[in-house]
Amino acid sequence: MCTGIVENAKVSGSGKGPDGWYPLDQASVSYDHPDHAQSGRAIIIDFLNEAVGPKARIAVELTPESARNLVHAILASLSRGEGEGVRAKDEPPQ
Amino acid sequence: MKNIKIRRLSKEKLNKPALHRPQASIESMHKYRTDMYEGMIAETVVVRGHGGTNINAYFARPLGPGPFPGVVLIHHAPGWDEWYRETTRKFAHHGYLAVSPNIYYPFGQGAPEDVAAKVRAAGGVPDDDVVGDIAESLSYLKSLPQSNGKAGLFGTCSGGRQVFLVACRTKGFDAAVDCWGGRVVMSKQELTAKYPVAPIDYTKDLSCPLLGLFGEEDQFPTPQQVEQHEQELKKYGKTYEFHMYPKAGHGFFYYDRAAYRQEQAVDGWNKLFAFFEKYLGTTD
Repeated sequence: MCTGIVENAKVSGSGKGPDGWYPLDQASVSYDHPDHAQSGRAIIIDFLNEAVGPKARIAVELTPESARNLVHAILASLSRGEGEGVRAKDEPPQ
Repeated sequence: MKNIKIRRLSKEKLNKPALHRPQASIESMHKYRTDMYEGMIAETVVVRGHGGTNINAYFARPLGPGPFPGVVLIHHAPGWDEWYRETTRKFAHHGYLAVSPNIYYPFGQGAPEDVAAKVRAAGGVPDDDVVGDIAESLSYLKSLPQSNGKAGLFGTCSGGRQVFLVACRTKGFDAAVDCWGGRVVMSKQELTAKYPVAPIDYTKDLSCPLLGLFGEEDQFPTPQQVEQHEQELKKYGKTYEFHMYPKAGHGFFYYDRAAYRQEQAVDGWNKLFAFFEKYLGTTD
């Protein structure tokens, strides 16, 4: 919360934590100072389940550059699997 | 401190900040001798929080009847974690009754970083709740028979911001230390129901002397925001010291993170203890 930059997304799916698999209902995406990554600032993604509580958390801290790479990889996979209609919002229309 | 120079902003014009070498050495801050008795007790306690709720806190104090000054620590965004427990004990080691309330308590219990993630996703702790929690911890400290009647406030990161906020919105603290608190300066777009007022807008109400420690490479707050804050403090004639460290960014005290900067951290701790000793007194 040093930056206050957080975007939350409702998600459906499953995540695997120390206690095994559990359903996910939220992804919290922050731009902030990481706990562990050797980077001054990072994209921090927490996959959460509100009902289960704080321990239901799968966390990643990515350097800004690698977060962009991940975004492109996700969109590329979606595009290949579900068609060309899937693209990032900031991509210009074809 | 051989290689870094620090801008002491409060003594010079903003456009021509002074460069000076720190004067205090780490040795001068430790008054202990090898033949002295030393002891402390540190434990989890329950204190009152905002709205009459109970929250947990970590409390460390020197052994003995005192009187001792007090310090309330406001933990940082990564949570009520080991670093804050260690820092609470550090204050006790230096002769302070030190209490670190868990301002994330209402969000549930678990590993500190997991609770912090939940708070982050929720958009943080409302400012009003933090002010209430810290005011209660201040009352707790001052109610102790070992108290000398004075109390300081310390916080880093989001806790640094909250230090300034609390020092403006409550009375009873005698000194406050804001370490690299971001979002003291906030744009209108950043204001939310939880953060309805930018802390800088409370500056006229600052109720005690303020020490600020910042890193020149920090982006939250930027050096420009720190200067803006200082302008406001000057405008209202407040007592303060700001120090801007070169070659340091956000969180340069944190020995367990990449942000750690040894020379700047040692100097910062020296300045902090000198500041508290000046305004809170010790029993040494």
